Amino acid sequence: MWDYTDKVKEHFLNPRNVGEITDADAVGEVGSLACGDALKLFIKLDENKERIVDAKFQTFGCGSAIASSSALTEMVKGKTLDEALEITNQQIADFLGGLPEEKMHCSVMGQEALEVAIAKYRGVDAPAHGHGHDHVETEGELVCKCFGLTDVFLKKVIASNKLTTAEQVTHFTKAGGACGGCIPKIKELIAEVLGEEKKVAAEKPAKLTNLRKMQLIQETLENEVRPQLWADGGDLELIDIDGSNVQVAFRKACAGCASSGYTAKFVEQKLRELVSPDITVQEVQG
Amino acid sequence: MREIYLDNNATTKVDERVFEEMRPYFCELYGNPSSMHFFGGQVQKKVDEARARVASLLGALPDEIVFTACGTESDNAAIRSALEVFPEKRHIITSRVEHPAVLTQCRNLSKRGYRITELNVDGNGQLDLSELERMVDEDTAIVSLMYANNETGVIFPIEEAAKIVKKKGALFHTDAVQAVGKIPLNMAESAIDMLSLSGHKLHAPKGVGVLFVRRGTPFRPMLVGGHQERGRRAGTENTASIIAMGKACQLAEQYMAEEAGRVREMRDRLERELTALIPNTRINGGGTERLPNTLSIAMEFVEGEGILLLLSEKGICASSGSACTSGSLEPSHVLRAMGVPFTCAHGSIRFSLSRFTTDDDIDAVIRELPPIISRLRAMSPFGREFLNK
Repeated sequence: MWDYTDKVKEHFLNPRNVGEITDADAVGEVGSLACGDALKLFIKLDENKERIVDAKFQTFGCGSAIASSSALTEMVKGKTLDEALEITNQQIADFLGGLPEEKMHCSVMGQEALEVAIAKYRGVDAPAHGHGHDHVETEGELVCKCFGLTDVFLKKVIASNKLTTAEQVTHFTKAGGACGGCIPKIKELIAEVLGEEKKVAAEKPAKLTNLRKMQLIQETLENEVRPQLWADGGDLELIDIDGSNVQVAFRKACAGCASSGYTAKFVEQKLRELVSPDITVQEVQG
Repeated sequence: MREIYLDNNATTKVDERVFEEMRPYFCELYGNPSSMHFFGGQVQKKVDEARARVASLLGALPDEIVFTACGTESDNAAIRSALEVFPEKRHIITSRVEHPAVLTQCRNLSKRGYRITELNVDGNGQLDLSELERMVDEDTAIVSLMYANNETGVIFPIEEAAKIVKKKGALFHTDAVQAVGKIPLNMAESAIDMLSLSGHKLHAPKGVGVLFVRRGTPFRPMLVGGHQERGRRAGTENTASIIAMGKACQLAEQYMAEEAGRVREMRDRLERELTALIPNTRINGGGTERLPNTLSIAMEFVEGEGILLLLSEKGICASSGSACTSGSLEPSHVLRAMGVPFTCAHGSIRFSLSRFTTDDDIDAVIRELPPIISRLRAMSPFGREFLNK
């Protein structure tokens, strides 16, 4: 069971400002049935069109989505539009005494609905967000196809909440939470935001120690090579490593296979690619 | 607040009689069954009795019963054993709606070069046996299909599936964790090679399970380093829990008729009344054979977590197929595999009954759930559109 604060529970059980404003000045809608949560926010301005005098919401979603919506409507009342735009998702969470990290996306949804509503009122382009119906038209490249989230939106959330892991990004935005296909891309975005140039080569130390090289050879054989051989009913065993010369013996279907020469080349190619370009592979009887 | 416990597919109350049976085996009769002295020997006799009681419930022989630590261990042990028994076979068949104890293991094995076939299910959550027949071949080491689904209660035609598999020389395992004690099983007239069950689903404590391994079925243990369970599961026996498991199985045998009768009637009444009182619902798996104790009801335009929290305020304990309750973001893999539309999958609630469920419990749900759904629908942007129609 989620460890919700008393304030979250209270706002879920007795949500403020549920409903719609028929003559609303601004309406912001994010999310969808498919996403599992959705929020429609209504805002009414004073006669000078400066301050928010009323706000109401309709939400489809879990307890914390309803509580976040309720909190948001309380927070915006009395604010000017510019002041309202200053509200961050973290402030919504803080208003509720905090949210479980897995539920932070509910506060992000609230903040997003507010931005959409104000942008629409001002007649400017909807901000680059992910949630919901009109995300496809928004700027940026689509990263999470399951929830329809763009790189621009994700980078904004990463930066404003100082996120450092893909898991956190999932908790805050849902990105990567369904099929998981975009997780490598999310990691790249985090690296970008953190100002780190992503260099594939950087993962390899400049000079391999002998010990590290042996470890890498073993890991590569276990994780990259053997599973592929298994798929064809074959296998290999690492017999010895002498400097850059790797000695392997073929097993099962690979043993005595007419094309074991090619298999040895494949192993060599993998090791050269992932460990060190000077590696040679030698087939031995063992 | 009195709890109205309708989440028996998650876990069950330990029957008082089961607890009494196990109680002396902690502080008084704590001997090791393997010891050569009388003190351990008397515990050995009770463990043997428990084994016979489990065997009786399953229509099995006592030496076909291997005690484990949980249903998940039994599932893991069965599949791993089959792969060791047939090192040359690289194919496993399971279904898309299995419990993670089977599904996660298979998906991990696929990264290690095994070919995994996940059979599809139809809109009712039911298997197509002709698909199984097409998929099983000489390379198949094991087929693992659940007896009954934990989320929907849908019962697979396991005996027919086992016969198809046996013709091709593969082993057949079934995760019967939800089925045992609720519907009759008879291993004496069955083609099943291995079957998993779990203590805490049938009023025994958590932390004990069983793997039935048919006599003559080749088996390689997952845990080694002891002669216990005839070398099929090393490690000192969890004597108190095993004895509890025996008692729980004995009681389950006695109450089987009640499951099929009184429990089913309560479930059917709940289903009938909720469907009549709440518009836009559907019963997941409603068009096929289901366990007598399980009701999975999908309600459009509402999200499961909100329903559960409001039910919980009234003391009612249920479970949902919704994403938000589990920390994952997608609705249950079972409902998705069945093609339940997103409009309902997020609002699916499972009520699972037991022999301890009363008519008052059912009345409470019939009284409390409809206003909760109206309230959440009135709050939802989609629910309102629908209500205004």
